[in-house]
Amino acid sequence: MKRFAMATAAAISLLATGNLALAEYPERPVTVIVPWSAGGGTDATGRIIATMLEEKLGQPFNVVNRTGGGGIVGHTAIKDANADGYTIGIITTELSMYDAVGSAPLTYTDYSLVGLYNADPSAVFVRADSDYQTIGDLAEAVEADPEAIQASGANFGGINHLSWVSMVQGLGLDGAQSNWVPAEGGAPALQLLASGAIDVAVVQFPEAQGLMDAGEIRALATLGSEPNAKHPDVPPVTEALGIDFAIAGWRGVGGPAGMPDDIVATLTGALDEIVASQAFRDQMGRLNYGVVWADGSEFADYLQNRGEAFGAAISAAGLGQ
Amino acid sequence: MDAFGLALSLVFNADTLIVIVLASAFGLFVGAMPGLTATMATALLVPITFYMDPIPAIAAIISCTAMAITAGDIPGALLRIPGTPASAAYVEDAHGLTRQGKAGLAIGISICAAALGGLFGFAVLMSAAPMLARFALNFSSFEYFWLSLLGLSCAVIVSRGGVAKGMLSLLLGLFIAQIGLDPLMGQPRFTFGFAELAGGISFIPAMIGMFALAEILRNGRAGLQIVPQIKVATPFAGVGAALRRYRLNLLRGAATGSVIGALPGVGGDLGAWITYSIAKRTSKTPEKFGTGHPEGLVEAGATNNAALSSSWIPAMVFGIPGDAVTAVAVGVLFMKGMEPGPQLLTVNPHNFYAVLLVFVLANLLLIPFGYLAAKVARYIFEVPPSYLNAAILLFCVVGSYAINNTMFGVLVMLILGVLAYILQSRDFAIAPIILGIVLGPLVEQSFTTSMTIARGDPLGFFERPIAATLGAVTVLIWLAVMVRAAYGAWHLRMSQTHNQ
Repeated sequence: MKRFAMATAAAISLLATGNLALAEYPERPVTVIVPWSAGGGTDATGRIIATMLEEKLGQPFNVVNRTGGGGIVGHTAIKDANADGYTIGIITTELSMYDAVGSAPLTYTDYSLVGLYNADPSAVFVRADSDYQTIGDLAEAVEADPEAIQASGANFGGINHLSWVSMVQGLGLDGAQSNWVPAEGGAPALQLLASGAIDVAVVQFPEAQGLMDAGEIRALATLGSEPNAKHPDVPPVTEALGIDFAIAGWRGVGGPAGMPDDIVATLTGALDEIVASQAFRDQMGRLNYGVVWADGSEFADYLQNRGEAFGAAISAAGLGQ
Repeated sequence: MDAFGLALSLVFNADTLIVIVLASAFGLFVGAMPGLTATMATALLVPITFYMDPIPAIAAIISCTAMAITAGDIPGALLRIPGTPASAAYVEDAHGLTRQGKAGLAIGISICAAALGGLFGFAVLMSAAPMLARFALNFSSFEYFWLSLLGLSCAVIVSRGGVAKGMLSLLLGLFIAQIGLDPLMGQPRFTFGFAELAGGISFIPAMIGMFALAEILRNGRAGLQIVPQIKVATPFAGVGAALRRYRLNLLRGAATGSVIGALPGVGGDLGAWITYSIAKRTSKTPEKFGTGHPEGLVEAGATNNAALSSSWIPAMVFGIPGDAVTAVAVGVLFMKGMEPGPQLLTVNPHNFYAVLLVFVLANLLLIPFGYLAAKVARYIFEVPPSYLNAAILLFCVVGSYAINNTMFGVLVMLILGVLAYILQSRDFAIAPIILGIVLGPLVEQSFTTSMTIARGDPLGFFERPIAATLGAVTVLIWLAVMVRAAYGAWHLRMSQTHNQ
């Protein structure tokens, strides 16, 4: 009888803790807004993060692509969501620029920052049959007539556009003269390049991998100071053209401002473990994405610095208000 | 051929086969529920595929989507709620057959044409994937612009109630597509400061409202009559005869679908509309279209699944996914160490063949599952109509709520449903409105991108060979329609003066 009572007590206490655990965040599915189209880099990494958060926290993390307006639609949707922790999103580089460019009054202060998980430089691609064999050839053509070279790789004023403008600027030209074709993301821009509608695509390596392997396009240069670990043959633009260049794209997780601290802490804790895990590094490595980590306050500092650096670059490029 | 043997052993083992059957059953359920989409089904499957081997994981996604998209035709046929924008092209014919008491035939034709189209798509994948992928790479914003205009023109031409009213319907759809943030600079349009309008009008609540709610309203007013379903030994009786009779349509639909489907982004939605209009133009009895005529159903149904198979081509060969479903699938491929790209065909051909075999199985499974669905479906019509209508209304509300989990979707469904009821009672076609909503953003985006590339020169739209061809075809269709209208008016006037 005593044993039965103990067993009952144990069962009750188990049930009780079980109930307590159930009452913790998240109790129901969480929506993860990705502000860019399916198939791009933000979508790919966002889906990895969502799947792993789902494993860690035991509730579905459903990825929703809210595209349009160069990421403004999605970023606005994250900002305007209920700050209950059940709508979060992947925030991207463009958030460092909207305000400086004057395209939308969005800054990192509009978000509860969960963590930074990725930073990557873009690269310059041309069609395989292009006349430009090296980045030097392309630089010469741009110097001859910056308006004649049509480039794309996502929206007007986005990281890829800004990288391109900075390169043109670095060649001693007026960055505002460069000819940029806005696209919905990396994949549509690559389609434009492969179809011969434009001359240059500025996107990140993983987005271009399939077309590179197929021999349809070539990489001319990495837009950074270091070569990409997976593509050591592609020269960094600092080395090839002697341009000082350090603009890189970043991706992080955030929610609407004013999310409860304990929920942000739960998410940050889970994301910290995910980013530190070998499984995440393997998947990011396989997809060729760089892994970095910064939690809430470090992330805020990072974004403040970025905001200033991008602001300076944007006004130098003649894109500011 | 070693690779093929290896692929056989990868697919024909208990694990993979069980996964395929279960995923198909899941897809059937999701697809047949109005408002639940194939994208949703795939997204729900991803966490489960995490624990599977690569081939079963991919098999789960392929068989689930193939089934879900085809099963979207079932509520279309029974309740006039199309499951996908593609099935909206022929929903009138499918539902028309049901109203004649031939629900089994309608579902049977949809399912069998889809299965055969899917198998045709498999043959194309098997033999011409790299070629077709290379062809699809030639499509830039210029080609997309003309292609989407061509699709919209087709929707107008086939619409019942005449071209002029079809055009007005289309313009209404394009206007609805304008609501929200503009795709170039993110400026709000027609939002009147409402945050929810800034996200735009999503086509699923619009589709549910304009087809299903409008139908309920019409039934309620007309005093709904029970449609006695013809009792036959098997629900698929007559399917074979219909498919044999329209075998040319079947083949043409599947072939067109395979090509259009390979274009990233638009293929799946557009294909059925284009082939439905081809079927109508070439038919001996075009006046029967839209009233429950199997001809267009056969051709467009085959297009649907052929396009579904070939929509995987750009995703697998170049890693450019065309829609949310293939994007999810590309993610799974990556996660399982099968990076999409040409090396998928060369380095590990057994994996590629295994994926193809899964396509075959998934399409073959459509037939028994569809048979089951058709057999069960008959009982729906034994429910008294007032209860049935109440149940449909419930599905309308749940389905439009589920898209973004907001009441805004329900509001959109109600408003557009009432609007569609009014328009329909004045003989305006509904289908062009839906296609306008679906393709509006693509038309606008491809136009602005093209104009940027051409630096504002409209002749740029005719400078590339494929774009010029598509453009010429589109303009010729417009001219033909205008000439016919002018001739009709002239003829009418002549006969009137003659009579005087």
